[in-house]
Amino acid sequence: MIENYLNIFINAIFIENLALSVFLGMCTFIAISKKIEAAIGLGIAVIVVLAITVPINNLIYNYILRDGALAWAGLSDVDLSFVGLISYIGVIAACVQILEMFLDKYVPVLYNALGIFLPLITVNCAILGASLFMVEKDLYFGESVAYGLGAGVGWALAITILAGIREKLKYSDMPEGLQGLGSTFIIVGLMSFGFMSFGGIIL
Amino acid sequence: MSNYSEILFRPVFKENPIALQMLGICSALAVTSKLYPTLIMCVALTVTVSLSNFFISMIRNITPSNIRIIVQMTIISSLVILVDQALKAYDYETSKTLSVFVGLIITNCIVMGRAEAFAMQNPPGVSFLDGFGNGLGYSVILIILGTIRELFGTGTILEYEIFPLVQNGGWYVPNNFFLLPPVSFILIGLIIWALRAWQKDQVEEPEFRMSQNSPEIVPNPPPTPSSKTAS
Repeated sequence: MIENYLNIFINAIFIENLALSVFLGMCTFIAISKKIEAAIGLGIAVIVVLAITVPINNLIYNYILRDGALAWAGLSDVDLSFVGLISYIGVIAACVQILEMFLDKYVPVLYNALGIFLPLITVNCAILGASLFMVEKDLYFGESVAYGLGAGVGWALAITILAGIREKLKYSDMPEGLQGLGSTFIIVGLMSFGFMSFGGIIL
Repeated sequence: MSNYSEILFRPVFKENPIALQMLGICSALAVTSKLYPTLIMCVALTVTVSLSNFFISMIRNITPSNIRIIVQMTIISSLVILVDQALKAYDYETSKTLSVFVGLIITNCIVMGRAEAFAMQNPPGVSFLDGFGNGLGYSVILIILGTIRELFGTGTILEYEIFPLVQNGGWYVPNNFFLLPPVSFILIGLIIWALRAWQKDQVEEPEFRMSQNSPEIVPNPPPTPSSKTAS
């Protein structure tokens, strides 16, 4: 049992890394990776939000939206899965808002560290993408907790590595047109090749 | 009239959403290994961004500004649901290939970015054109990627054989390297390089930022300890 969870967790970090294997959250991934402190802050915020929203969306999918899921309310032949997208994004926006207010009131230290990143996260495709992958993989509640956490850790790991490389790279002498965005894309491509080497691992 | 064509074509090369504004890269990369799904994705995004710009612009004067993000989000997700359902109904195979990436148009930064930056200040007709132009700018990059990857990866374009393959008695050995997803990053990097070699004014900005950064950094101790912990 615990092996299954561990399996999903490790799989989400390395083999199906959200940033480097399925390319989600790329806009923020490239925009916020200039400084390593900012990258770590955003990475932690993504871990927290994913660990909360993926299980909540899992509950919503399994008990409200799924085909026949409303059997407990006496509506056994209702299939609401077509409103999935709008419910997931609603849940994510609401969670981020609540988390922001909660941190502001009770954990101001953390709020000051993560505050500026939280609004960015609502429109980060990694968050919505993880929920959609959770639905596609058809995970149970416990598995979705492991998946959400693992996906967040994987994304945070990737952005931290990229920020480290870019901090070194700003002292290098590059061709004009490749400066900045162009070189970042190529680095992400090479990193992604690196992460492909995890692909052969069978857990 | 020239004003309209300016709005329509400026995002294609001069202010390309992917190559210059760094928007909407997210859902784009994984779908470009074949040209056909790429085209479907481009159509889906262009439809969504033009219509969302149009509708958001229509209600821009009665939308309270503190809840505008939620209003925009609702409009965009409803449109994406429509696109997703239409695709599932008429082209189920492609919708399987694109998997979650159609749904991810909701969080595609081009759609939100244009709604915020353009549609909130401009009348519906012009906003529609702006959305359409940005959709085209996104499509241009994606179609270039899709064409290169399919041509060199499998020797075909839209399943039609361009390079005769070795196993069919021709000369071309398909290069599977181009079918790997990370290649699209490297190709985008090279496209940006080519675009900036052509449109010199796009180069200025990052170069200027770099040269301005370096004197600021020199007086401080170089940030080696923090970068070491990352590697």
